[in-house]
Amino acid sequence: MKITVSSTGLSALDRPRMPMIALVVFALALAVFFVFPDRLSLAAYIGIFALFALSLDLALGMAGIVTLGHAAFFGVGAYTAGWLALAGWQEPITGVVISGLCAAALAGALGPFILRLTGLPLVMVTLAVGVFLFEAANKLTWLTGGDDGLYGMTFSPVLGIFEWSIYGTTDYLYVLAWLALAFYGCHRLTTSNFGLALRGVRENRLRMSLLGSSVLAQLTLAYALSAFIAGVAGALLAQTSEFVGLEVLSVEKSIDVLVILVLGGVGHLYGALLGAPVYLLIKDMSKEWNPHAWMIIIGFMLVFVMLVARGGIHGVLHKVIERSRGKLPNGEPR
Amino acid sequence: MTDNLLEAIGLQKSFGALKVAQDVTLRLRPGERHALIGPNGAGKSTLLNCLVGKLIPDTGSVMFDGQSVLGRKPYEINQMGISRVFQTPEIFGDLSVQENMMIPCFAKRDGAFQMNALTAMSSQRDVIEKAEEMLVEMKLADKRHMHAASMSRGDKRRLEIAMCLSQDPRLLLLDEPTAGMARADTNNTIDLLKQIKDERDITIAIIEHDMHVVFSLAERITVLAQGTPLVEDTPDNIKGHPKVREAYLGESQDAA
Ligand SMILES: Nc1ncnc2c1ncn2[C@@H]1O[C@H](COP(=O)(O)OP(=O)(O)OP(=O)(O)O)[C@@H](O)[C@H]1O
Ligand SMILES: [Mg+2]
Repeated sequence: MKITVSSTGLSALDRPRMPMIALVVFALALAVFFVFPDRLSLAAYIGIFALFALSLDLALGMAGIVTLGHAAFFGVGAYTAGWLALAGWQEPITGVVISGLCAAALAGALGPFILRLTGLPLVMVTLAVGVFLFEAANKLTWLTGGDDGLYGMTFSPVLGIFEWSIYGTTDYLYVLAWLALAFYGCHRLTTSNFGLALRGVRENRLRMSLLGSSVLAQLTLAYALSAFIAGVAGALLAQTSEFVGLEVLSVEKSIDVLVILVLGGVGHLYGALLGAPVYLLIKDMSKEWNPHAWMIIIGFMLVFVMLVARGGIHGVLHKVIERSRGKLPNGEPR
Repeated sequence: MTDNLLEAIGLQKSFGALKVAQDVTLRLRPGERHALIGPNGAGKSTLLNCLVGKLIPDTGSVMFDGQSVLGRKPYEINQMGISRVFQTPEIFGDLSVQENMMIPCFAKRDGAFQMNALTAMSSQRDVIEKAEEMLVEMKLADKRHMHAASMSRGDKRRLEIAMCLSQDPRLLLLDEPTAGMARADTNNTIDLLKQIKDERDITIAIIEHDMHVVFSLAERITVLAQGTPLVEDTPDNIKGHPKVREAYLGESQDAA
């Protein structure tokens, strides 16, 4: 079975550029810092999920790895950051990097086995890995705290200067900096030759291997890079909330991040930046109103995206911008 | 018999109870254009699949330039110098024509995507130039920004041939390259394949139903029927061969 990600509205004709959308999103994100000083914890949380969704876009959007188990890497990152802090390693930046590396190592070990699969079997196996890790963490209470989670950790100030505050000011800027860095890195990667090779793998594994390239090695590398970023996102959640709960490994988290990416738009990197605020803000706003309402709203949005706007929010914005410039939707690229 | 570029001997391949290849032998001499003909379902595509590692034959041996091909991964076989064009074009549908062309050029330049982060991130300019050169040569340059999937079947085929050629393979395997093409395109393809042969040191094996193509291109012909090779000979001898007329040419001439 072959799942073509093209059905998500992906087109090579608009290769990822470092465009307006990214600049506008990051400018807005900075504006949030001044306009909503009392909502910065939520904003940091949104930033973390944007980062998580970005990691999924690298695997799914670029390399075509369809997965329902990405929370495995998010969770490993979160627990690693928690364990490091509890063991006395409280420097946050190195903590994040080490956590990301642990997640990448797991993906690097799994990749050669599971990435031979495509389509539904791959989805099922990634799901199984996710469920296995969740149950393992649930059972190993001495290690993970089980249901109670890991708590009581503290982190030293960022760069030794910026103290963590209960208003989340440091948290937010810290998350935003990681997000910007990761976005830039992903952008460089996807526009590079390696990024082109990954899209080749996504489009046609047979052709790729009959052009002399080891598809499995490329997929594994992409998977590990993606897991690194997911691990970074998990570590940031642990550091900003000073807590690691079992739910970081849950299947719900894997689904959340997939929905965020599909809503935002798969395969252009910007989808992650757009989907996370929309998804989490709707969730947050409707919480006070009716705890189940957000599910319904998100459900309708998903149906809408699947039926009429395959490119998600990014796709819609892209079309609007192209129209306003007087270009046809599928006009000359570049 | 080390002077053959490729020697497939005693290949057998079954899908369940269906014996698709029974004791198939194929010998390709260096630099020749060799046609593989035979009725539908004779096992021609299956034979090529065994040569490039897409299928693993049940028994038999495949030697390329004195080295065994069996047991190697498809990408390793490709790196030995065998390129394959498929019956249904295998291209990167959702990428632009230019990007399709860039991938093999990049693979060739960087030793098939060795995982060297530095070369992977490095300049694309020479890759783009090489891709452009190939596109111009194959008269696809004006379609460079087109979505590959939306091209005509003939153009897709030309693109796939271009992608394979840009690798400078020593052996090019073509599976019905002119199927579904208009006469003019077919003739262009014949000219192209002759020209390729004149310009490069390349051996070509071509599966073809169109006898016009076969007899304009082939220097030697192997006839397959029901999974066994009937004869291997020069075109002139094949034309007059009674067994071949019976098994193949009779049919196709009636149909045509
Ligand atoms: N993967 C497969 N599984 C089962 N049967 C197969 C498979 N591939 C091919 N076959 C069968 O093997 C036989 C030979 O197929 P093959 O494609 O090699 O023939 P061919 O000579 O290329 O024919 P054509 O001229 O129609 O392309 C056919 O009967 C086909 O149905
Ligand atoms: Mg065939």
